[in-house]
Amino acid sequence: MSVVRIPPVLRAEAGGAREVEASGSNVRELLEDLSARVPALGSKVYAEGEIHSFVNVYVDGEDVRTRDGLETPVREGSTVILLPAMAGGC
Amino acid sequence: MVAESLLGLIGNTPLVELPRISPPGRTIYAKLEGQNPTGSVKDRVALKMVENAELAPGQELLEPTSGNTGISLALVAKLKGLRLTCVMPANATPERKALLALYGATIVESPGELGSNGAVRMAQEIAAADGRYVMLFQYENEANPAAHYEGTGAEIARDLERVDAVVAGLGTGGTLMGVGRRLRESFPSVQVVAAEPLPGDPVMGLRSLDDGYVPPVLDVTQLDRKLLVSNAEAAAAARALLDREGIFAGVSSGAVVHVARRVAEELPEGSVVVSVLADGGWKYLSAEFWQGEEIDESVLWW
Repeated sequence: MSVVRIPPVLRAEAGGAREVEASGSNVRELLEDLSARVPALGSKVYAEGEIHSFVNVYVDGEDVRTRDGLETPVREGSTVILLPAMAGGC
Repeated sequence: MVAESLLGLIGNTPLVELPRISPPGRTIYAKLEGQNPTGSVKDRVALKMVENAELAPGQELLEPTSGNTGISLALVAKLKGLRLTCVMPANATPERKALLALYGATIVESPGELGSNGAVRMAQEIAAADGRYVMLFQYENEANPAAHYEGTGAEIARDLERVDAVVAGLGTGGTLMGVGRRLRESFPSVQVVAAEPLPGDPVMGLRSLDDGYVPPVLDVTQLDRKLLVSNAEAAAAARALLDREGIFAGVSSGAVVHVARRVAEELPEGSVVVSVLADGGWKYLSAEFWQGEEIDESVLWW
């Protein structure tokens, strides 16, 4: 089981929760499990086998887009963070 | 060294070793971008963007910025006789707002809770409504990565014989794209690593996911790694930089050093990691984390 942290912009879809639990041995399985548990949240993050382009998914602090994408392994107890794409910069 | 104006002193920043922060057997270098004329890496970007812009008589510059880019543009605009308006989130640090005003820019504040995205949106609306304004827009402007390809990256390649990884903060993506592309030419196996801020909840006030924004300058496929750094981790590393190496650097520089240390630990002995420190600590001096307090999550630090 992993803890999935929800950003403020998606908390309404998770009934106001700051984090939820989901399981899976990789990001694809985890997001599919998340979609089954919290469908409103899952559909905003993951649809048609792809991560929404304005959502970043991090496993243990590293963006899965620079790892193995949906095949990125998730360990028992990993923290998964969902964040909206935001302009940084200064 | 003699320069015709401050514009001639932009770039060519020094690299310094961080022997008290580097893991045993690895060398981390810091590129001190705080030594640019206005104290940040953005001087490079501002100069290149203004030089590439084609302004008609009577036109003025407009830019959304949380501080550093605005201050850099204000210097360049002043020395080139141009007017500048900056759209800035209300929760940018007070030093950055004050400096921008002192350098002579006009400031328009955007809602703090909408962060940089809110500033971008407001600037786009202003530019669309009034043809007098030319928005340089560092998030889309190719002059931004080009300044780092021709400047920052070329300087690192010139100064070092080996680079295994380069770490920079992720904002617009300009530094990482430009430096990464240039360093890969000299060091084909170099890892290009982004340190990304984990924003505090108070600065994530997007109205919906559709307000999200991926800067066109940024091509994530060109990054080898992209690592989140919390404000607390960034502040702790900024303190360590000052305490151990005497380098007074900003919050994003702390994040970059935090990541550089992690990357260096994972690389084999003998490896060389370059960290690009975007600015000095001066513009964050009012922040209480320097005194050991918890960092304020409602402030836009990057």
